[in-house]
Amino acid sequence: VEGVARTLLSFGRLSRGLPFGRAHGLSSRDPLLPLAPRSQENADPQRTAFLLRKQWTLYSVTPLYRFSNAHLRDYARLLSAFIAAEKQKGLAVEVGVELDIKVAVSSLPYLKGSDQDQAAILVQLSSRSPASPKNSEEKLIWSGWFCCVSGDDLSKNVPEDFTCLPLFLVNGAECYTSIVGSWFQKTFDCSFRRLAISPLILSWMAAMWTGCKVDKTASAMELVFSVPCLPQPLDISYAIHPEDAKALWDTVQKTPGEIIQEEVDVFMDCLYSHFHRHFRIHLSATKLVKVSTAIASAHCDGIIKFLQSQYLTGVLMLLTELAISQIE
Amino acid sequence: HLATSLPLPPERDHLRPRIDLVAFMIDIKSKYSLKNVEASLAYVDDSFFLGKVCFLVTGVGRVNYCSVEMNAIRNLGEVYCSPVLFCELEVEGSQVATAQRLLRMLEICAGHVPGVSALSFSSLMRNCADD
Repeated sequence: VEGVARTLLSFGRLSRGLPFGRAHGLSSRDPLLPLAPRSQENADPQRTAFLLRKQWTLYSVTPLYRFSNAHLRDYARLLSAFIAAEKQKGLAVEVGVELDIKVAVSSLPYLKGSDQDQAAILVQLSSRSPASPKNSEEKLIWSGWFCCVSGDDLSKNVPEDFTCLPLFLVNGAECYTSIVGSWFQKTFDCSFRRLAISPLILSWMAAMWTGCKVDKTASAMELVFSVPCLPQPLDISYAIHPEDAKALWDTVQKTPGEIIQEEVDVFMDCLYSHFHRHFRIHLSATKLVKVSTAIASAHCDGIIKFLQSQYLTGVLMLLTELAISQIE
Repeated sequence: HLATSLPLPPERDHLRPRIDLVAFMIDIKSKYSLKNVEASLAYVDDSFFLGKVCFLVTGVGRVNYCSVEMNAIRNLGEVYCSPVLFCELEVEGSQVATAQRLLRMLEICAGHVPGVSALSFSSLMRNCADD
């Protein structure tokens, strides 16, 4: 009953399919109602273009204590000082390169799912070599953004002083990630954890994203499997023509806008049987490690790439859900 | 006696001792293992499902390797009225504890424990379901 009431507005039902996710006390007969990412016609592709086609490493973040949108400039200043201090200690940065690092912290109000969500916060580190002239171009060397898309399940349970931005996405060198991470941890008493994506969730992504309509010619759907228990690591890459994949998914999915575990299983089983027929290999005994479709690609180590701006929010909704599961 | 699937080869039937307990192993990292178990269940005589069958699910220590959905496993236990034991056979402590549990169950199924029969496993299951 709870599921039906929260149906088309909230994405959050994927957690009922997560093996160790939040317990909702539902029997396995209830259909799971996660929505495939819906195309956002009113999304401004210009504003989100810088997020596309970059590899983002995912983290889950516990709620931030006493974080305020009004103090972003101050945070930038403090973080900048922190980075400079770390450099002095010799802890920062790439060896042998003397860089002047500038920090910018800004808000991305258009990246949210519902009004209850916190606006996304973007942190960018740029550098300029001190040797070059004052007005020369700064080079962006590191980006990280916190966001929360349809994270009502978390934010409604959290006391007043806390800000919920459970998903953190990073692009850039690990050394900067750890410095920025430590600063946030110290300042807002939060903690970061790498977000891993299980093969079960990757199969969901494969099914969900295959069903999404894409304007231009879609790229092939690719699944990468890692074969266990071999002396030398072996990866199997299985590429499927996007139209074939979509046609298969369309025959499997019963109700548009709803996806249930059985449908994902049937979809994947069809792909596995097809492969077995040709190669006599049981892909179901291997570990699915990466899924690439036209709208996004995801790796089990918690790495994502967004490829279509109109589905950005939809994918973020799923990732927010995963991050919340990991926190709880 | 270990087998990768059922039915057992008929050639050795006459040499095989009485079977008191069938433990089906499912590796949470392998969807294939679940399918294999589901297919093998068809070859088990109905009388075994009165407490002489159990499901052993391993790999539960590593959530991020999960390829099998928990609901599917729970369903299996419910449909076949058999207990589901979770373990992590790659960890020595869990290996030993699991072996001890299985041994205890086996003793009961073989009738070596006076006053307790294999039927108690099934009735335990049913009580939980009624709750």
